[in-house]
Amino acid sequence: MPCQTGTDMTEPTDTTGVDTSEAIVAALAQARARKTPVYISGGGSKRLMLGRLCEAAELDVSAHRGIVDYQPQELVITARSGTPIAEIEATLAAGNQMLSFEPPSFGGRATLGGTLACNLCGPGRPWGGSIRDMVLGVELINGKCERLRFGGKVMKNVAGYDVSRLQAGALGTLGVLTEISLKIAPRAERVLTLAYTMSADQALQTMNRRAAEAKPLSAAFWLDGQLYLRLSGAASAVTSTAAQWGGERLEGDAALWRDLREMTLPFFAGSAPLWRLSLQSSAPLCTDAQSTLIDWGGAQRWVSGDQPRDSLDRAAADAGGHATLFRGGDRHSEVRPPLDSVQRRLQQHLKHAFDPDGILNPGRLYSWL
Amino acid sequence: MNRADTALADSPAGRELSRRLRACLGADCIIEEVESQRPFECDGLTLYRDLPRAVVLPETASQVQQVLQICDALDVPVVARGAGTGLCAGAMPHPEGVLLVMTKLDKIVEIDPLARTARVQPGVSNLSISEAAARYGLYYAPDPSSQIACSIGGNVSENSGGVHCLKYGLTVHNILSMKVMTVAGEELTLGSLGLDSPGYDLMALFTGSEGLLGVVTEVTVRLLPSPEVARVVMAAFDSITAAGDAVGAVIGAGIIPAGLEMMDRLAVQAAEDFAHAGYPRDAAAILLCEMDGTREEVAQHVDTVATLFQALGATAVTISRDEAHRALLWQGRKSAFPAVGRIAPDYYCMDGTIPRGQVTFVLNEIYRLSRQYGLPVANVFHAGDGNLHPLILFDASDPVQVRKVHEFGGDILDLSVRVGGCLTGEHGIGVEKLGRMTSQFSALELAQLEDIKHAFDPSLNLNPGKGIPILKRCQEYRALPDRHRHD
Ligand SMILES: Cc1cc2nc3c(=O)[nH]c(=O)nc-3n(C[C@H](O)[C@H](O)[C@H](O)COP(=O)(O)OP(=O)(O)OC[C@H]3O[C@@H](n4cnc5c(N)ncnc54)[C@H](O)[C@@H]3O)c2cc1C
Repeated sequence: MPCQTGTDMTEPTDTTGVDTSEAIVAALAQARARKTPVYISGGGSKRLMLGRLCEAAELDVSAHRGIVDYQPQELVITARSGTPIAEIEATLAAGNQMLSFEPPSFGGRATLGGTLACNLCGPGRPWGGSIRDMVLGVELINGKCERLRFGGKVMKNVAGYDVSRLQAGALGTLGVLTEISLKIAPRAERVLTLAYTMSADQALQTMNRRAAEAKPLSAAFWLDGQLYLRLSGAASAVTSTAAQWGGERLEGDAALWRDLREMTLPFFAGSAPLWRLSLQSSAPLCTDAQSTLIDWGGAQRWVSGDQPRDSLDRAAADAGGHATLFRGGDRHSEVRPPLDSVQRRLQQHLKHAFDPDGILNPGRLYSWL
Repeated sequence: MNRADTALADSPAGRELSRRLRACLGADCIIEEVESQRPFECDGLTLYRDLPRAVVLPETASQVQQVLQICDALDVPVVARGAGTGLCAGAMPHPEGVLLVMTKLDKIVEIDPLARTARVQPGVSNLSISEAAARYGLYYAPDPSSQIACSIGGNVSENSGGVHCLKYGLTVHNILSMKVMTVAGEELTLGSLGLDSPGYDLMALFTGSEGLLGVVTEVTVRLLPSPEVARVVMAAFDSITAAGDAVGAVIGAGIIPAGLEMMDRLAVQAAEDFAHAGYPRDAAAILLCEMDGTREEVAQHVDTVATLFQALGATAVTISRDEAHRALLWQGRKSAFPAVGRIAPDYYCMDGTIPRGQVTFVLNEIYRLSRQYGLPVANVFHAGDGNLHPLILFDASDPVQVRKVHEFGGDILDLSVRVGGCLTGEHGIGVEKLGRMTSQFSALELAQLEDIKHAFDPSLNLNPGKGIPILKRCQEYRALPDRHRHD
């Protein structure tokens, strides 16, 4: 395990500026001894989104960064958790490769660890998989301050429980991630975007129908009466599919997908509450089209503005999924829907198995975790 | 096994278990006589066998639930079993327990062509999902070679892969949601019809958990559009090194083939004699590289790959002419296990996964060990994702060879871990590799795995003695060591 030395842990209560995993262990040990929980912070880009507000002392792990191993022919990259996504993307681009789950880099601040903890993925997710799908192994420090490795750097590994994937979406409540190995993908030879004018309902139908064709579709989103389909793959396949599917070819499309991925489209601007609905891709529209953006071929829908929590939860459940208050609104209450009692008990037991003293991001995922 | 003919009748506790099971299951759904239990004494790894107190074959999820409740109440171990094709003795019965056979739950409940999903019961065979989806132009991508027989419940529990998982992923990448029952028979739904769900990703944790955390009672899988066309390029090489380099070169060219398989000389010869697929018998190794997708893309990539193989010194390159020819080229690979089974009384299949770049080194080490132990090895290999399947040939009726084959297999696993790989890519730990877990995990890591087990199964009654070593608890409870050891 590559590990830097020469850390200067000064004030016992100061958990910021930690720059190695050994120092993180030490900082956590102190927090545990003092029973003062920590909020694990990478680039800080997602602190006010995704989860509940966590008022614990900050444990800044952003200094624990750097690419440890990159082997293009193995399709694997290993990096410390504080490594910015942008740095990883730049390294991969030089090898003509990419992260198939297209995570946002949020102005360069997003880190690898935070991205895995949040399971955050961009428009390519339904076709390129999620970071949860691509993670091969992790090193983490659990709430007992133990440094543990699960998974590895190989494509297939079924020894032991899949602790690596379990970290995706756990919002750092099961461990401080220190090193992550991911499966990576080659860059497509050709990318092209087709645009169509149609209603949200028509768009949902079209997205799902097109996804059932064996064509190089790689993203599908709808906003303001426009459906955008992205094709990526071998040049010959992209060109011939575009010819068959018609629609208007969009110039400068890279910027559109980047703005969608980085959530910098005008739709996302402002401070209104932003809801994320994760649904069956073919589920009919259950929110007002005016305030809805449909991504992931129908499986992810963004809704902006105040919404009645209960009816949104119900509509999402009817559509086979769930609603999260992604950003804004009341972040002291739950931002995710309630779980049934069996789930809740098992989730608590699992949390306890990793973090018996509850020192890691308490309440960030649910108030009771 | 020295056991009375009807195992359950031998004690008051056994009689009580029998009485309660009979009250919830029909007579044809419970097997207590030793001779009728024999077909269930092992899975695909026949080196390990045992007999349970009872075999039960529930027909409904509610019966599964009742069986679990009964066993929970009486503190009896439960081992779930699908089709029993597993290769790590994961479904081997527990001598004190009930074997819960899921094969009667074999209905495809629903196919949703627009959302591209299929909801199926756990006993449904892997292949029958694709067969049922075919009329919508869809299929279920993970395709273990055992797909005619193996069940989706077993696939989920082992996170099974197949020839096409380099491009399309493993089971975990192709399921959306599932219903499971806890050890106490409580039902819960994991995952969702969307692409994620709130809270911890218990579905990821359950996938590949070898029946240690719960019993899978329903699975909703993702279906993919069947590719317009698929073609396979077969290339022969006169050295393992050249074949290994060619694998890296394909990936390096930015192509993710649908499948990329390698077979070495002994495997090629056995498969050729069995299937007459047209493999060159004198090759040191052959590669089978399949491309699928649109016609244009496949044409383009077949061209690139064939040229690449030639440039890298392939002694022969064959491109499938049509579907029949493609099927023939695969036939050899797909029947490699039975083909190897013909040239020796028994074979032992290993499953380590290694970084692709280590292929040459590892295969040469395996050949060296083969000479050392005096046991031949045929290698079939999911080369694209580094998953080795060395088949060690031996005679199970010779105790010396049995001992040697275990040692040889263990050496291969240790070797895989040493070069940066893992103990098992897709077959699981089961009983077979339990003792090797310490070569991949530290004591603290094993303790963490044990704590996870405990979070779901506090009584440790689900599939005891498999998957992960139970260490801590053994010291705490006198009764447990037996339950967690299979000698
Ligand atoms: C010739 C041959 C080729 C093979 N090829 C491949 C291959 O290419 N790729 C691959 O990955 N595997 C392969 N296998 C291994 C095997 O087929 C897979 O592991 C398969 O998934 C096992 O399914 P099964 O239904 O037979 O499960 P079983 O063997 O019955 O059980 C496997 C494990 O799952 C558990 N289990 C079963 N059903 C349930 C349930 N409903 N709930 C909870 N736990 C359950 C059992 O307790 C056991 O631990 C092959 C096996 C053979 C014999």
